[in-house]
Amino acid sequence: MNRREVEQPDHVLPTAGREDEELLRAVEKPGGGFKVTFTLLALVILGAWVVFSRQILFGLGVTGLNQPVAWGFYIVNFVFFIGISHAGTLISAILRLSKAEWRRPITRMAEIITVVVLAIGGFHPVLDLGRPDRVLNIYTAGRLQSPLLWDVTSISAYFMASTVYLYVPMIPDIAILRDRGARPQWLYSFLAWGWEGTPRQQAVLERAISILMVLVIPIAVSVHTVISYIFAMTLQPGWHSTIFGPYFVVGAIFSGIAALLVVMITLRKIFHLERYLKEVHFSHLAKLLLIMSLLWFYFTFSEYLTGYFGSEPTEMRVFFYKFSGPYAPYFWGMLMLNFMIPVLILSFRRTRRIPGILIASIGVVIGMWLERLNIVVPSLANPRLPYPTGFYVPSLVEWAMFVGGIATFVLGFALFARFFPLISIWEIREGRHLAVPETVARIESYLPDAAPARAGTEPEGG
Amino acid sequence: MMARWGMVIDLDRCTGCGECMAACHQENNLATAGPEETVQRSRAFHWLRLMPEFSGRYPEVKLRFLPQPCFHCDNPPCVRVCPVQATYLSEEGIVGQIYARCIGCRYCMAGCPYNAKVFNWYEPKRPRGVERGANPNVSLRPKGVVEKCTFCHHRIMRAREEARAAGRPLRDGEVSTACAESCPAQAIVFGDLDQPGSRVSQLARSPRAFRLHEDLGTRPKVTYLAEKG
Repeated sequence: MNRREVEQPDHVLPTAGREDEELLRAVEKPGGGFKVTFTLLALVILGAWVVFSRQILFGLGVTGLNQPVAWGFYIVNFVFFIGISHAGTLISAILRLSKAEWRRPITRMAEIITVVVLAIGGFHPVLDLGRPDRVLNIYTAGRLQSPLLWDVTSISAYFMASTVYLYVPMIPDIAILRDRGARPQWLYSFLAWGWEGTPRQQAVLERAISILMVLVIPIAVSVHTVISYIFAMTLQPGWHSTIFGPYFVVGAIFSGIAALLVVMITLRKIFHLERYLKEVHFSHLAKLLLIMSLLWFYFTFSEYLTGYFGSEPTEMRVFFYKFSGPYAPYFWGMLMLNFMIPVLILSFRRTRRIPGILIASIGVVIGMWLERLNIVVPSLANPRLPYPTGFYVPSLVEWAMFVGGIATFVLGFALFARFFPLISIWEIREGRHLAVPETVARIESYLPDAAPARAGTEPEGG
Repeated sequence: MMARWGMVIDLDRCTGCGECMAACHQENNLATAGPEETVQRSRAFHWLRLMPEFSGRYPEVKLRFLPQPCFHCDNPPCVRVCPVQATYLSEEGIVGQIYARCIGCRYCMAGCPYNAKVFNWYEPKRPRGVERGANPNVSLRPKGVVEKCTFCHHRIMRAREEARAAGRPLRDGEVSTACAESCPAQAIVFGDLDQPGSRVSQLARSPRAFRLHEDLGTRPKVTYLAEKG
């Protein structure tokens, strides 16, 4: 059903190639696995909402939150999920910007993570509201002086930008599906936006992508910075810290890379992408993860040492609550999972292979969740004035929404994989046909110029 | 002339009887949380609580209670963080809460260094019959909003109306909060801090006067008087 068998001007990109046909298989011939996965996940999510209906009916009393610990799982998961979102767009933008050629099979998955997880995480503060029916007051009576408003602004901007940033590079691939007559046809012809692969369109696309990737980086950095400001702008011990902004951003990128690795390894297995996602891709990302782990430890060390050394009584109570008190298992667990295990596994080439990377990444995802827990709860549980403190134990409702959130994440991927290719076909083909000579030329341009006798080859910047 | 309402609590007089707490509950139509909520789930529900203060070591332990209402800070951290301006500092220095606008995010509770605010975890419950005897001057709160001490701001309004009707200025001692009025030891004094002759402003200048965590720059308007000797 090829509508266009027109000759492609110098580009071979838009038509579907034989060589990458297997990337379209999940879309064109979905197995029964999708239906089963979809049904199971839908049931889990439905179940979570059924449990959650208790909160809508009776109020936030059905959670485990209490008087000093007024924030719990919902806020922890909000920070956690939004943190994961930095996997995507930010990493993909940085890799694109730095012309890291190994990015090609990775960027799309990273960008999907961002969009899916932002939708989940961004919704969490609404779950946490005592009056979700009044959420629009944020717009009608919003105070821009409140850090919460900075969050709303920043996260909305990030969601918009990353959705567009996911969609725009998908257009040529959607056009391939349209031309191959994939169903539902209306969806693909609508989303392909009249893509014909002309040189002009190609140029516009590339321009759009380069604008977006530059734009998206400051937005992504701002997102987790202002999330940390929610805490840092209060006077509470353990929160009121100047390094919280960068600390959160580092943690976010750290957990994001780990989540990306888990997703890549899982999808590689399910969709047999071994030909595309090779050992080298994992190795490169794992090195990034290692760097982030060290960086994370550096921030954590600075943060806690500063608190400890000053030894203000209020600060110390929070410190020892984590160091040796009720939160010690979570605190030391966090250090194990975020620092010791990943550094041990990822430092050596022998263990820096897919099984090891998977273990380290899962560890980091859990460890970063613990980090969020360690930040949110202990500060609230140790108020300045003597208060009848209760231990915060999340209730069934909160656990249900946690499980529901993770199920939504998997469902997002299942749905995406059902309708769109998980790896950018045109970018892979561009890599094959254009990037190799381009990279050679680039490397040549770095080399010292030929001897002055003859004016030689031309560098083209960058 | 605008008043600047404040309170002095003399710890030398306070016996820790808890009458102020009870009076506050009744005056302001506070919901009853019940023992399970209060003790097991740590959701005590008071606008004015008795803060326990331990000193000494076993067996020479001394336990005292500090009555602690909202301090109505002149630089209130809760007001700064509210996303919808549901909590505000009035011209007369009272930190108020707009129940009809509050979205229940509890950011103000997380931001308050004194934990002065409480949240309606459920639809507020009152023992049977109490509803009918509720104070008509204080609105009932719905579930899911934050609420707090108002310095009995309805009483201030009433007193001001009465004074205006009589064509005279508001006199010192004419307005009192429920906690101050009910205190059998007369440990709590309420009044205008900006009126130089008022009892509260004089007591607030006492050498025994201190405020809790003044170092945070919150400028609380509730002053404690330390015990003598």
